[in-house]
Amino acid sequence: MNLSDSREINADVATVWAALLDPEVLKACVPGCQEMTGSADEGFEATVVQKVGPVKATFKGAVQMSEIVEPVSMTISGEGKGGAAGFAKGGADVRLEAQGDSTILHYEVEAKVGGKLAQLGSRIIDGFAKKMADQFFNNFQDAVGAPVAGEEEDAAGGNDETKKKGWFKRLVS
Amino acid sequence: MPKDGGIGASTVRREDVRFLTGTGQYCDDMNMFGQTSAVFARSTVANGVIKSIDTSAAEAMPGVLAVFTGEDFVEVGGNPAGWLINSRDGEPMKEPKRPVLAHGKVRHVGDAYAAVIAETIEQAKDAVEAIEADIEELPALVNMKDALAADHYVHDEIGTNQCFDWGWIEDNRAATDAAIKGAHHVTTLELVNNRLVPNAMEPRCSMAQYNRANDEYVLHTTSQNPHLTRLLISAFVLGIPENKLTVIAPDVGGGFGSKIYHYGEEALVLAAAKKIGRPVKWTADRTEAFLTDAHGRDHVTKIELAMDKDGNFLAFRTETMANVGAYLSNFSTATPTFLHGTLMAGNYTVPNVYVNVKAVFTNTAPVDAYRGAGRPEATFSLERVIDKAAREIGMDPIELRRKNFIKPDQYPFASAAGLEYDSGNYDALMDQMEKVADVAGFEARRKASEKKGKLRGFGVNAYIEACGIAPSNLVGVLGSRVGLYDAATVRVNATGNLSVMVGAHSHGQGHETAFPQVVAEMLGIDPQSIDIVHGDTSKIPFGMGTYGSRSLAVCGSAVVRATEKIINKAKKIAAHMLEASDGDIELKDGVFSVAGTDKSVTFGEVALKAYIPHEFPLEDIEPGLEETAFYDPANFTYPSGAYCCEVEVDPETGKVTVESMTAVDDFGNVINPMIVTGQVHGGLGQGIGQALLENTTYDENGQLLSASYMDYVMPRADDLPFYTVDHSQGNACTHNPLGVKGCGEAGAIGSPPTVVNAVIDALQSGGKSVTHIDMPMTPHRVWSAMQNA
Repeated sequence: MNLSDSREINADVATVWAALLDPEVLKACVPGCQEMTGSADEGFEATVVQKVGPVKATFKGAVQMSEIVEPVSMTISGEGKGGAAGFAKGGADVRLEAQGDSTILHYEVEAKVGGKLAQLGSRIIDGFAKKMADQFFNNFQDAVGAPVAGEEEDAAGGNDETKKKGWFKRLVS
Repeated sequence: MPKDGGIGASTVRREDVRFLTGTGQYCDDMNMFGQTSAVFARSTVANGVIKSIDTSAAEAMPGVLAVFTGEDFVEVGGNPAGWLINSRDGEPMKEPKRPVLAHGKVRHVGDAYAAVIAETIEQAKDAVEAIEADIEELPALVNMKDALAADHYVHDEIGTNQCFDWGWIEDNRAATDAAIKGAHHVTTLELVNNRLVPNAMEPRCSMAQYNRANDEYVLHTTSQNPHLTRLLISAFVLGIPENKLTVIAPDVGGGFGSKIYHYGEEALVLAAAKKIGRPVKWTADRTEAFLTDAHGRDHVTKIELAMDKDGNFLAFRTETMANVGAYLSNFSTATPTFLHGTLMAGNYTVPNVYVNVKAVFTNTAPVDAYRGAGRPEATFSLERVIDKAAREIGMDPIELRRKNFIKPDQYPFASAAGLEYDSGNYDALMDQMEKVADVAGFEARRKASEKKGKLRGFGVNAYIEACGIAPSNLVGVLGSRVGLYDAATVRVNATGNLSVMVGAHSHGQGHETAFPQVVAEMLGIDPQSIDIVHGDTSKIPFGMGTYGSRSLAVCGSAVVRATEKIINKAKKIAAHMLEASDGDIELKDGVFSVAGTDKSVTFGEVALKAYIPHEFPLEDIEPGLEETAFYDPANFTYPSGAYCCEVEVDPETGKVTVESMTAVDDFGNVINPMIVTGQVHGGLGQGIGQALLENTTYDENGQLLSASYMDYVMPRADDLPFYTVDHSQGNACTHNPLGVKGCGEAGAIGSPPTVVNAVIDALQSGGKSVTHIDMPMTPHRVWSAMQNA
């Protein structure tokens, strides 16, 4: 399965880069993530609970970062084992591009699934992956970025200035 | 006698009473005191090195009694291939070991590398999850062409992915090449015979018991041939003496070939039952059935047909790659060779035939015989290329076939592919087909379809197959490692009822009804007083089981021979009772009488006398009335048929509907026409399923994507038309006592090319120059072909 797309994140490149390497951010952003430990240098260990079609499983996985060109690009690769549910493994090439105050995050994902996930879920796996990516980036946007223009209007009723910043940004700023 | 019971009567199937009232006893229905559950750990990758397997956590789980890995079976034998094939260069085929559990490497998704035995199935499943297997994934070999070119192997120890490179008949190769080179017209077709999952309604199930008091094992298992399973376990895999192992195949919910074979799960539960001293049961779930039942077909073929200027066939030349999957299943080497190559002369007087088959190992489930086993592949190739040829030379496809048919006065006919056909009349079949299908009215029906905006096509096909597998002397020469006779014991009990023990196994074929019809006809007694006993090695002398449409032709003939012996002995007893010479005794309607007198005794009186032998001439006749016969036929039987169908194609969507399907078969003599019709119906359903719906899809990593009914499309009632089935044109088989030929697979052999031929005809009638579409002809494939034409 291949998935390539780009997303605009309403934060500068340095902030996005730092967030991508922060296990707390990743834990909050990866849908269904129960645990995320480790570091960019040594790799992350993650536990994710997900339901793909009829298959629900706890995936335990390891994620490595490589080809790191700070703060421009890196390759993320990993494998999650879901016991009887099978496995998912793959990699993503991520590239950041500054655009004004915000950042365009380009990604190209190549993933494969095996076992029950493939046997029962093959027809829905592409849609599932897209949904996962959308959820991840929505969460990431929430965590890292200031609200984008549309959301700013929605949030305009609130007086609390800090609400306009993502929580990660609040932490680091 | 009135045909309400004997040969030729459409007696209602007596076994259906229990099947339809939920009282059938299938393996999984049986539960033993102290029974435990086995669950297998199966590979999620198609190809991988087993680095380590840590079972300690699993062993510590609640309820776990034992955990097995491949290591536990290193010392025992492997599951063998039943047929030795030699390559063209004389080298024997490559036979890598097929272990009980994978050891060293896993070779397909679903390959079992460990098993847990626990008190409950839930505990066993949980414990399987706790097995820590470090399996390093290797690139998978999925596509046959890639596998032949690869420099890494499914089985490293054989150093190739080619099992064999077989030529049939090698001595005819040069003449065939020459005939094609010099021919007026050569038609070439490349095609795929799509891989199928058998999908028996009942998944496999095996339950083993071990009795340490007498060192005896009992295996209940879903098998089409319990004796062969016992033989394989005893002689090759576990070495349990046959007199210490009983194999019982009770009611079995369909097999279609997939339950012919011995599987590792059977050996595992036997070994486990001994180790823990308790019964062990394993029942496959549907996913396991998809992943591990032997699949069917999977040929990639190029076929050429050479003709002279008048359309006379000069030669067929075939090159086929046959997928055998990751391991050799028991019949997997016979299916693409002797059950395929020998049929490549079809119903035709063609003088030159040459077939080359390369069998290829891949990281996929094993492939073996599936309803038709090699003959559907042969018929599909032949009848598709003939159809294409007819279109190329502008001749009516029926006329082209008729022109080349073997004629009735040519039997016995030695085919160019090495078989001797004993009887047949292909023109008569075609005549009958044209009549009952109203072929003459097709053009009017086509116009009616066109008015609805549909393209209507007509497809025709003539097939011959080899059944009654079969003569031990012949198959021995061809490489079979077993004899293929069958056996029956007819036991007349003292009160005059009969138990007939047969080596054939009934799992949908209706033996319990049809076999008594034969015995009842011969003895002139009520068939209801006769019961068939099958599927239990402790009760039956021997048997080679049910496959290849052999039950009636081979085992039924053994029943005839045993019944003849019964009649001979009963006549002696009757002669003694009637104080006459046994040469003067006649048997009619269940009564023995002295010719020309009114002196008689009934069959029942003779039976009683046999077991209460007061004043018995013991020096001439033993007490009792029980006889056994082994029957080994002189030849295969050769059913043949003419099929046609009409389809409608929706040009907007590419969807094909089969509007009619006519099957006119020569099955020789017919014992129970209703059962025969039912067998043909089932075969047609499977054949249409293959043609339009069913496909087994592995991705490039060897993951089975079509592993559930969400993705693997089985035919449903509304995908199928009403059938016209006709077996009025029978020509009795000349070499078995019943004159029967076998009907179980015909529908699945004859229908796929018929449907494809009809679809091509429909598209061409719509002005599309489509010459071939691979099966399954899904709306997407048909629509795409139309767009590209």
